[in-house]
Amino acid sequence: MSNIIAIKNLKLDLITARGVVHAVRDINMNVKHGEIHGVVGESGCGKSMTAKAILRLHDEKKLLYSGSILYEDDKDIFNMTEKELQNLRGKEVAMIFQDPITTLNPLLTIGQQLSEVLTLHLKLSKKEAKKRSIELLESVEIHPGAERYEQYPFEMSGGMLQRVIIAMAIACNPKIIIADEPTTALDVTMQAQVLDLIKELRDKHNMAVMIITHNFGVVAEICDTVSVMYAGKIVETGEVSEIFHNPKHPYTQDLIKSIPKSGSTEKRLVAIPGSPPDLRYNIEGCPYASRCTYATEACEKAEPKLIKLSDTHAYTCIRN
Amino acid sequence: MEVIRLEILIKVKNLSKYYKAGKKKLNKENDRVEQPYLKAVDDVSLNVYKGEILGIVGESGCGKSTLGRCIMKLIDSTKGSIEIKGDNIVNHHFKQMKPYRKQMQMIFQNPFSSFNPKQTIGKNIGNVAKLYNIPQKAYDEKITQLLEYIGLPLSTLKRHPNELSGGQLQRLAIIRALLLNPEFIMADEPVSALDVSVQAQILNLMLDLRDEYKMTMMFISHELTVVEHICDRVAVMYLGTIVEMGNTNQLFKNALHPYTQTLLSAKPKELPELEVNRIILKGDVPSAMNIPSGCRFHTRCPYTIQNKCNVEVPKFIEIEEGHWAACHLNK
Amino acid sequence: MKKKNKLGKFFTLPVIISLSVLIVIILAVLFAAFLATHDPLALSMSESLQGPSSAHLLGTDKTGRDIFSRLLFGGRTTLLGALGVVIISVIIGIPLGLFSGYFGGKVDMVTMRISDMIVAFPSLLLAFVFVSSFGRGLMNAVVAVGIIYVPMLAKLTRSLVLVEKNKTYVEASRAIGYSHFQIIFFQILPNCISTILVQLTLDIGYAILDLAAMSFLGLGIQPPTPDWGAMLEEGRIYLSTNPLIALAPGITIIITVVAINIFSDGVQSYLDPSHRKLPSVKKIRRLVGVAHE
Repeated sequence: MSNIIAIKNLKLDLITARGVVHAVRDINMNVKHGEIHGVVGESGCGKSMTAKAILRLHDEKKLLYSGSILYEDDKDIFNMTEKELQNLRGKEVAMIFQDPITTLNPLLTIGQQLSEVLTLHLKLSKKEAKKRSIELLESVEIHPGAERYEQYPFEMSGGMLQRVIIAMAIACNPKIIIADEPTTALDVTMQAQVLDLIKELRDKHNMAVMIITHNFGVVAEICDTVSVMYAGKIVETGEVSEIFHNPKHPYTQDLIKSIPKSGSTEKRLVAIPGSPPDLRYNIEGCPYASRCTYATEACEKAEPKLIKLSDTHAYTCIRN
Repeated sequence: MEVIRLEILIKVKNLSKYYKAGKKKLNKENDRVEQPYLKAVDDVSLNVYKGEILGIVGESGCGKSTLGRCIMKLIDSTKGSIEIKGDNIVNHHFKQMKPYRKQMQMIFQNPFSSFNPKQTIGKNIGNVAKLYNIPQKAYDEKITQLLEYIGLPLSTLKRHPNELSGGQLQRLAIIRALLLNPEFIMADEPVSALDVSVQAQILNLMLDLRDEYKMTMMFISHELTVVEHICDRVAVMYLGTIVEMGNTNQLFKNALHPYTQTLLSAKPKELPELEVNRIILKGDVPSAMNIPSGCRFHTRCPYTIQNKCNVEVPKFIEIEEGHWAACHLNK
Repeated sequence: MKKKNKLGKFFTLPVIISLSVLIVIILAVLFAAFLATHDPLALSMSESLQGPSSAHLLGTDKTGRDIFSRLLFGGRTTLLGALGVVIISVIIGIPLGLFSGYFGGKVDMVTMRISDMIVAFPSLLLAFVFVSSFGRGLMNAVVAVGIIYVPMLAKLTRSLVLVEKNKTYVEASRAIGYSHFQIIFFQILPNCISTILVQLTLDIGYAILDLAAMSFLGLGIQPPTPDWGAMLEEGRIYLSTNPLIALAPGITIIITVVAINIFSDGVQSYLDPSHRKLPSVKKIRRLVGVAHE
């Protein structure tokens, strides 16, 4: 299986009023066809920036980038013309954002918004688009589709809206969906349902999914492979069972340890001391050194190496 | 931890908060003009015991935040009573509340907006001393002490809120709440907006505080894993009422109400290979303006008994010691 | 916060130029007594309607008074008057907006309806009615125009308060035990003040124009006191023969108001981080050493 998205040596610098932020510092990430790839990390690690860069959604007057993002192994997204990008966005590469309420236009019915995607990309007639939209709504378990088609976003719950957005995303049978924190704004009972829906759709259409999240529960629920990000770098990648059962990078280990688990008698959680580094400055050595339990002096000077444990599992560290 | 029945700090009885929702309408069934209400909190009764951390759990719209604000008198309640150490404060004016405010402090969900953005942290926290006529010097000493306790440097006092991270701000919010030596802290989703590793820091801090200062806390949250970890007792809310309440261990091991069972089954997986049996609820949460008849959960409950659950309101009874639930199935 | 930070500063070119112009004008007006060449009220029919000369820098008006000196002293009247207008609108308008926004309910409704009534009239017409009833003169003109500015300021303050009112730190303040008064004036107001200040700087400019209009129509300052608006009126008939009599005050008014607007723009840009001028992308590329076409 080849890669649908191959990110090579990506660097992203964001120009803000407080200085230049080196948000993403040389990362490599691959997503295979039909694979659900999770990108995990805490706020400020660069995961959302990476996701948005794939569709070049950033304001390029404020962004500096280097490296390449290859689509289907040979087309570099950074070299595409605006027209080629329009063809990609919403049609072959779809994106879902965190808050369903602000993603949808409150003044249009969801039917109108759903049909719009179809008439724009698939050039369907209005009638055909309506028919297809209702089918799509029912495919994401929104019944009765015809009735909901006429409703406005404010008439529906968060979970339902997110499913509408998923319907919009799969409308043109994309090859990959990028989901940026798709369940964070939803109630607990809705979260699992939405994730199951995404998995089902992947199974049906062999669609790849890149899920950005800070929640390991989401990762355990549906991901096949995982990349763990910290301070703009990928510190560990692997299959989901490898990451959960044999995490190698200290940050991955610490992060998993700090999650409250049911049935544990120890009330105190293992917290990670300190805070992430300021990304406005260049970091020498390993970015996690100041908080790592195994850190030595060498960690703050030398670049951590990439250690490959298997075909799928790799992490960066200078220890062995 | 088994909660020994100590003294009751806060006693809430039959508390309701109704919002007027729209104009008065003619009810065709009984030919009366009625004012439709949004019943955010509907007849809630609970006790908060001294020294415990009581969790209030529920999804969005269940009324838990409204309940918290009613107890803190940030909004006026419609019916019922709230007794703080025996004094019923439910009808107290804003001014009458001042002596109680010192005893009850609150921590909010969003640490970034909990502080006045134009003032330094020092001013944000320090001005409170003047408000209660506490000698500034003693107060400043306490601030220094607490800063050290939570691991932040003194220089933090000179910074503005927008220069600090969520975790730092939430810790400062906790300090601000502690400075007046309150007996009770209301925490409304205090860790929901924080990263997992920071969450752990804050939760540990809260546990330390409870142990060291014998603090009583009400912890409102929608995250079951967090509540399970830190709370001694838990109350589960649905559509404005409490459907189940009991010791954390009891409740999590043996949930009596179908809604609680659903919530527990919806918890995120801890390991990828685990099989989970999730209870899927039918339909959506009904609007609080149109509360279903009988048991308000009957429209979505997988175990509804026709002609019972949709007709008769289940009583909130003690099924086993310290464990209460309102469901016709528990008999 | 007013320090120069790396990527965005207060003293941009427009701000420097406009501020300098304003400082020159203010200083000139302040030191009118020293800078004026003649007594602004001194009549001299023999010297009337002269053009600029070494004796009279800008010439004389119809009664032989020196225009330059009248310009300087007139500035005092006009600028002080404009300041008075703004002060009145602040004293009445801001508290009204604060209480309306914070308490809402009936107070809000009544205030807003009264404001709407005032705004419904063409502004100067209302001022004329006021002045006609209470008599002419600078004081009354200032009060009249001041009252006209109240609704705008009250509405602005009110909308800012409405936004701040719902923020968590206000709720937190109530939970801590602050009184309504303390919250309104010490928590909410400081967060609104920057936007209000921008509006006030603009209002000074508008007040100058409105007071000038009042004087022009004879309802404001009474002759012989010099005032830019009055001078405009006096010079109107002589526009073709001795244009300077009208042009001098006219151009001064324009320059002052434009300078105020540009300065206020600069202040607003500085206070609103998203408008700050960021260095060009090319410059940063060189700094950061990133190369991508």
